[in-house]
Amino acid sequence: METVRIYIMGKEYSVPAGLTVMKAMEYAGYKFIRGAGCRAGFCGACGTVYRKEDEYKLRFAVACQKLVEDGMYLVQLPFAPAPRASYDLEKIRPSDNVLLKFYPEIARCVACNTCTKSCPQEIQVMDYIQAALRGDIRRVAELSFDCIQCGLCSMRCPADIKHYHVAQLARRLYGKYLAPKAEHLAQRVAEIEQGKFNAELDRLTRMERKELTKLYEARQIEEGVGV
Amino acid sequence: MKVLYYPGCSLKTVAESFERSAKLAMAALGVELVELERWNCCGTVSALTTDDLMHQLAPIRNLIRVQEAGEERLVTLCAMCYNTLKRADLWVAQHPEELAKINAFLDEEPDYRGKVRVLHLLELLRDELGFATVKERVVRPLTGLRVIPYYGCLLLRPREVGLDSAENPRILEDLIVALGAEPVDTPYKTQCCGSYHTTTHKEIVAKRAHAILSSAREHGGEVLISSCPLCSFNLDNRQRLVRELYDGFAPVPVLYFTELLGLALGLDPQAWISEQHYVDPRPLLEEHQLLKR
Repeated sequence: METVRIYIMGKEYSVPAGLTVMKAMEYAGYKFIRGAGCRAGFCGACGTVYRKEDEYKLRFAVACQKLVEDGMYLVQLPFAPAPRASYDLEKIRPSDNVLLKFYPEIARCVACNTCTKSCPQEIQVMDYIQAALRGDIRRVAELSFDCIQCGLCSMRCPADIKHYHVAQLARRLYGKYLAPKAEHLAQRVAEIEQGKFNAELDRLTRMERKELTKLYEARQIEEGVGV
Repeated sequence: MKVLYYPGCSLKTVAESFERSAKLAMAALGVELVELERWNCCGTVSALTTDDLMHQLAPIRNLIRVQEAGEERLVTLCAMCYNTLKRADLWVAQHPEELAKINAFLDEEPDYRGKVRVLHLLELLRDELGFATVKERVVRPLTGLRVIPYYGCLLLRPREVGLDSAENPRILEDLIVALGAEPVDTPYKTQCCGSYHTTTHKEIVAKRAHAILSSAREHGGEVLISSCPLCSFNLDNRQRLVRELYDGFAPVPVLYFTELLGLALGLDPQAWISEQHYVDPRPLLEEHQLLKR
């Protein structure tokens, strides 16, 4: 079995090559009771910081996705102490200064870009903080769309900005006030409320399992859509 | 002609009429202002401290964006952005060892090579198009309009950054004359508006605005022009407080110089004038029959 040397919090372990950081730590005897979530790269619970023996730069990843590499010094940063501002989305408006009001520390950004370099999702984090500073909520929402809220940006920021909370507020404001409303969704909800699909639903709920399976297998599948 | 330009935060929020009027007026002069991609904050006052490299990152990163766009000059509208970007550029030119350190820190970007020239739009008008050409393009001379040029601090100081004489500047006067209006000289034109005191000591700013605007009125001025969103806010919006504190104060409309330019070029000011003007300039423009197309 091919193995690689990794260092978990400074202690050397030999683990099988091809494991993710998370699996490798479990292989080495660690048990995750916190700092592990979906194990599929979406939840952002397993922020990982590492440095290679021959590199001067810190690198960042999520432990459930990153494969171990020989000579990797690593530690988990499963939680970022970054309190979220308290707001009532019904009572605030997408004004130029609303992000600044709830997160005034964004004005401390010196454009050092350390946040962007620490993002495992390769988001242009600094660019969205700069957009937040000038009140461009739509741009913040677009640039931060892939954020999984691991918090690594906020742990590295010399200005103590809580980037991912700023972005979440921007996306909420964008979704509620700025994004075009989906007309077909409103139409469908109205149809459901009028009971248009009640008969069909009743028929399905009363159906035998065998009959239901047959119906499922014979369903129409849109062309080009994978299973 | 296409010119790369840097808007800055104020033009996207409190000074929308500045950006809109500049783009429209320059388009009428055959110049397309193209917004710099991925620009960040100019650095504002923080970047003026020379012992703090971290605060030079913002302006230098913007200049790297200019390099990326394949351009060698960047035009600014806001006087603060102009001052900050140009000072940072001059500073790294004089401090190559500090530039090397900044470049090493910005290792995700190409090195800044120090070849970008930062210009103010007024310089582009004066030195590249020429005020004589601007005058030829005027279709609605602002005859009889008495305009107070207001420079404030950031266009003129420090001397190596200033776009004109710090003691006796002419550039705004020359523009006003080219547009057919009459410049009104006042002793306050290069004095400070009170700047960021406006956030914590509003009454200091009201005192400055009262002195500047009252003097302008006494000299017969009807409208004041500026190139700085902060000066404009302090001289325009703070007039509310000036009226509360000083009896008998007569309000003075405040415009960006680009708005005056647009008017003279025959553009419809409804395309840029916003509710962001505290003193509504429209009655005065109506009086001078400048609102009609």
